Amino acid sequence: MSDSMQTLEGHTQSEYKYGWSTELDMDTLPKGLTEDTVRAISARKNEPEWLLEWRLEAFRHWQQMEEPVWANVKFPPINYQDIIYFAAPKKKLNSLEEADPELLEMFDKLGVPIEERKVLAGVAVDAVVDSVSVATTFKKDLAKLGIVFSSFSEAVHSHPELVREYLGSVVPAKDNYFAALNSAVFSDGSFCYIPEGVKCPMELSTYFRINAANTGQFERTLIVAEKGSTVSYLEGCTAPMRDENQLHAAVVEIYAKEDANVKYSTVQNWYPGDKEGKGGIYNFVTKRGICAGDRSKISWTQVETGSAITWKYPSCILKGDDSIGEFYSVAVTNNHQQADTGTKMIHLGKNTKSTIISKGISAGRSNNSYRGLVKIGKRADGAQNFSQCDSLLMGDKCGAHTFPYLEVDNPGARVEHEATTSKIGEDQLFYCQQRGLSEEDAINMIVNGYCKEVFNELPMEFAVEAQKLLAISLEGSVG
Amino acid sequence: METENNNMTPLLEIKDLHVSVNGEPILKGLSLTVSKGEVHAIMGPNGSGKSTLANVLAGREEYEVDSGSILYNGQDLLELDVNERALEGIFLAFQYPVEIPGVSNSNFLKSIINARRVHQGLPELNALEMLKYIQGKMESIEMDKNLLKRSLNDGFSGGEKKRNEILQMSLLEPSLSILDETDSGLDIDALRIVADGVNQLKSEDRAFIVVTHYQRLLNHIIPDYVHVLSDGKIVASGDKHLAEKLEAEGYDWIRETNSMTA
Ligand SMILES: Nc1ncnc2c1ncn2[C@@H]1O[C@H](COP(=O)(O)OP(=O)(O)OP(=O)(O)O)[C@@H](O)[C@H]1O
Ligand SMILES: [Mg+2]
Repeated sequence: MSDSMQTLEGHTQSEYKYGWSTELDMDTLPKGLTEDTVRAISARKNEPEWLLEWRLEAFRHWQQMEEPVWANVKFPPINYQDIIYFAAPKKKLNSLEEADPELLEMFDKLGVPIEERKVLAGVAVDAVVDSVSVATTFKKDLAKLGIVFSSFSEAVHSHPELVREYLGSVVPAKDNYFAALNSAVFSDGSFCYIPEGVKCPMELSTYFRINAANTGQFERTLIVAEKGSTVSYLEGCTAPMRDENQLHAAVVEIYAKEDANVKYSTVQNWYPGDKEGKGGIYNFVTKRGICAGDRSKISWTQVETGSAITWKYPSCILKGDDSIGEFYSVAVTNNHQQADTGTKMIHLGKNTKSTIISKGISAGRSNNSYRGLVKIGKRADGAQNFSQCDSLLMGDKCGAHTFPYLEVDNPGARVEHEATTSKIGEDQLFYCQQRGLSEEDAINMIVNGYCKEVFNELPMEFAVEAQKLLAISLEGSVG
Repeated sequence: METENNNMTPLLEIKDLHVSVNGEPILKGLSLTVSKGEVHAIMGPNGSGKSTLANVLAGREEYEVDSGSILYNGQDLLELDVNERALEGIFLAFQYPVEIPGVSNSNFLKSIINARRVHQGLPELNALEMLKYIQGKMESIEMDKNLLKRSLNDGFSGGEKKRNEILQMSLLEPSLSILDETDSGLDIDALRIVADGVNQLKSEDRAFIVVTHYQRLLNHIIPDYVHVLSDGKIVASGDKHLAEKLEAEGYDWIRETNSMTA
């Protein structure tokens, strides 16, 4: 290994800056998972009977299921009885002013624009700490347009008919092991409903934070976009540094009707574990959207820098004719991180189009896999897919893998796949350094250039955030 | 063009330099002194070590310095990292400039200009000042402004890449510019522009090492010295007339003289 590769590895050893935890007065269920746990969660939330039944059915089904083993990741067996399934700050909040000052301080540290005065930032935020949603800003402004943006638990009571109609309509409770688990024990999350013809005037944002120890986080997000509506949704996440692994098994469902346009952006920065691979979040997430109506569009953009293990495939079911699915991804793994991520594009309608741009960056001893399925159904005349999967390696102890799956049942479809694997160019680094840039700045510049196509898809503030995060993930102990 | 009136210390002093790549000796006892205000041309057959010399000066890692010394402004150059050398005023116009997709040319230029300014203790230029500064220089070397928006060298024609090197040189105003075959692959107009770029920058404080295969560049950039590099050593030095002789007679006579003395 050359000296410069060693320095490169040095550069990719970062410190996790969200690693603190906050002392909050918590209401927690004891560890362990039984039907009683599910009932207890439902009871705490005062849920209607149908929802409890829905959870129980998911739970019973989950018990029959096996943890999936096909992903290119390795971890010791998870003891599902050793996890706390519900933890909530004790105080019930009616407004921000009532919030625990420690909690507000926590969001300050995270830089979440939770206060109304940050209206200028144009971001409406739902913040979920551990199991519950603690505050939703701008609700009133949005309500004037008929937009519902609230915590999931609140929506269950304020808009039960909507929740009941769409919950599990895209990701059924029994979809997969982790989705079933989530369906049984999900504690909160965000709900968003955009009425017909409404263009949501601001970015909607959810901020997830795991704070309590030994706690799993199981949130659910449901977005329903009526005919001709438009919304852009952002999701961010962090967690404290802890030696034990913590499980995060979320579900996100998007339902887009005719001409609706939904953009979902994630900057995932869960605690990745330390340099030796101790601790960190297991991020086992199911995200799926259905373009149910003609000409609808769902676009996933993700920047994945955190988590010890990421298992995540934001997908699109392109059911409506002329509907469009997009997946733009940057996944960075460092030290002992493992990521198996990608997408599924299921083309059912005519002239459906999908685009997949995946940029993997592996450093340290990490493993980074792209796994993607493009399926073209019989009816999908004129369907088109373009996939581009690039992998960038830093150093020689990391791995990059690409698993593209293709199922084409319609001869008229056009599918293109391009893949490249490259080492970060020594020539490029030398060039930048010869012009006076430090090695660190040179790496950042080159890597940001490599990710440009994906960052371009992010809303402005998020793009800046993503660039910073990337720099942090790749910055070293140097300086 | 005498050095004494500037400074007693030469800008660059290379003594008995031995360099190898992967254990293979390439430079075999090269000595060269360059003073401020001077232009040195280096010529020599393919594979004789010209680019190696340029890369060693710039600090490229895979070139192992086995023995000998390089002083820059009286300081041990080999002690400095690649970017420190650049910040101290060493500039290499590459024989083959690399492409960096996704990095916009204008962003790159801004970053390198400000890095240099910060090093010099000057305030960074703001966006407007920067644009003016860059566009001014682009005009003077007749470079298409659209190239600013494109990714760095990405898909640039050979000539555009070389011009981009000269642009960076003009913007950074280095003390020692090393041009590695910047004239190769240029049409007549571009050749003149590259030469103009150098001539505009020429001053009592700066020096140039111009690596070239062709006399025609030296009609525009008049060298004070011409050296012939062969098999890792300077085997002949002279004034601009040496270049004319090389152009007319090739390298054979030097190889012969060299083998007779060896
Ligand atoms: N990175 C490298 N690895 C192996 N050999 C190298 C490397 N760099 C240079 N060499 C060898 O060193 C010798 C000198 O190369 P160099 O590029 O310095 O020649 P040059 O004088 O610039 O030639 P040209 O006129 O063709 O540009 C050549 O034999 C070349 O193959
Ligand atoms: Mg050369």
